[in-house]
Amino acid sequence: MSSVPRFWRNLGSRYNLEGTRCNECGESYYPPRNVCVNCRRVGQIKPYKFKGTGEIISYTLIHTAAEGFEGQAPYTLAIIQLDEGPRLTSQVVGTPEKIHIGMRVRSVFRKLGEDGERGMIYYGTKFVPENA
Amino acid sequence: MTIGIVSYGAYVPRYRIKIEEIARLWGDNAEALKNGLMVYEKSVPDIDEDAATIAVEAARYAMARSGVDPERIGAVYTGSESHPYAVKPTSTIIAQAIGATPNMTAADFEFACKAGTAAVQACMGLVGSGMIDLGMAIGADVAQGAPGDALEYTAAAGGVACIIGRKESELAAIIEGTYSFTTDTPDFWRREGMPYPEHGGRFTGEPGYFKHVTNAAKGLLEKLGTKPEDYDYAVFHQPNGKFPSKVAKTLGFTKAQITPGLVVPKIGNTYSGSCLMGIAATLDQAKPGDRIFATAFGSGAGSDAFSITVTDRIEEIRNKAPKVSELIKDPIYIDYARYARHKGKIRLA
Repeated sequence: MSSVPRFWRNLGSRYNLEGTRCNECGESYYPPRNVCVNCRRVGQIKPYKFKGTGEIISYTLIHTAAEGFEGQAPYTLAIIQLDEGPRLTSQVVGTPEKIHIGMRVRSVFRKLGEDGERGMIYYGTKFVPENA
Repeated sequence: MTIGIVSYGAYVPRYRIKIEEIARLWGDNAEALKNGLMVYEKSVPDIDEDAATIAVEAARYAMARSGVDPERIGAVYTGSESHPYAVKPTSTIIAQAIGATPNMTAADFEFACKAGTAAVQACMGLVGSGMIDLGMAIGADVAQGAPGDALEYTAAAGGVACIIGRKESELAAIIEGTYSFTTDTPDFWRREGMPYPEHGGRFTGEPGYFKHVTNAAKGLLEKLGTKPEDYDYAVFHQPNGKFPSKVAKTLGFTKAQITPGLVVPKIGNTYSGSCLMGIAATLDQAKPGDRIFATAFGSGAGSDAFSITVTDRIEEIRNKAPKVSELIKDPIYIDYARYARHKGKIRLA
């Protein structure tokens, strides 16, 4: 798992889907970018909190989980396109058989992992089917 | 000064286990248990849910329902007996997740099943004194019951968040008064480092639940000069269906008054969320002007009673977040093996 300071630095993005948006061209960024790739130095980058809704672009079912995630297998890992545009990779909670490409999803607050029994617990955003 | 509930939000995990399934494993009589407890199934957290994630979901629904600026929240107090950390507040996680940080105070509360209402009272004090503008009080738990213990049939998961304020135009319900009754009664406890609580069996009934709930309720009725028939609804801490039904009858409340808030048969005992869940389910359907009498109980032991009057504002906010009835419909039933995995009862090497 990640180090404590590294996780802490990204709390806003992980908890609340905080990214950035360029007020010049309207492009949104997640994770946040400090410079707009379209507008470069004339860009007007501002903090932006994503609504947390989007759809599944692609997904895979993880049976052989990475270290620290064994207890959660099998679980769905998906590329989700947020309604504002950016794509991110996240777990989709719920019955794996019901998940499909194009499915509408919304963000929820869940435990992402933990550093064993003594370490820190990592919280953040996952997704569930929109009507769940 | 008028103090009350600006908004509320509830959350119940999607998974359920039936009493029959738990009884099957331990060779108990499911019908006798269901009749005795008046509980038919209980909520089970997902693998990645704990008291903090449940509290965040409830808190976010409370924020969505009210539409208040999170920076106005001056305190977040979370009551639970299953805080994920022994040292490190759950409340800071919630405050960060609703965008209330950093100009605020926070702390975790613990008083068995009434930690959530203790947090409500603390917020009432801070709001009433003018120290803060709005306060958020939460009761959330992923309750523990040892395998094979009687508690396992009811120990459930869920949470409720209330935003407490004093601006009259913002109040969805006015809290007219609160009264507490507290003694040192060892009816239920969990020692440091122990995974499951211990309890005094039948001792939890008369000297615990009934004595405290009855005295707090009577104390508040006397203080306010009200009678049970002055209320449209009543909510009592619901460790099972039997206790609140019995105490309501003793105090002179009717079955019709307690039925809307009696959610325990379908979701089990959500501990710190229990009484607040009953209040939330009642607010989901109460009309402006309706009066609600509520009494929480926490082992150890104490009771907090509240007298609440619903305002016109309830109609404006009610449908902006899921109602308790919507949260508990369409459950996913799991067997004991999956339940054991979700609850961490199976220790992986």
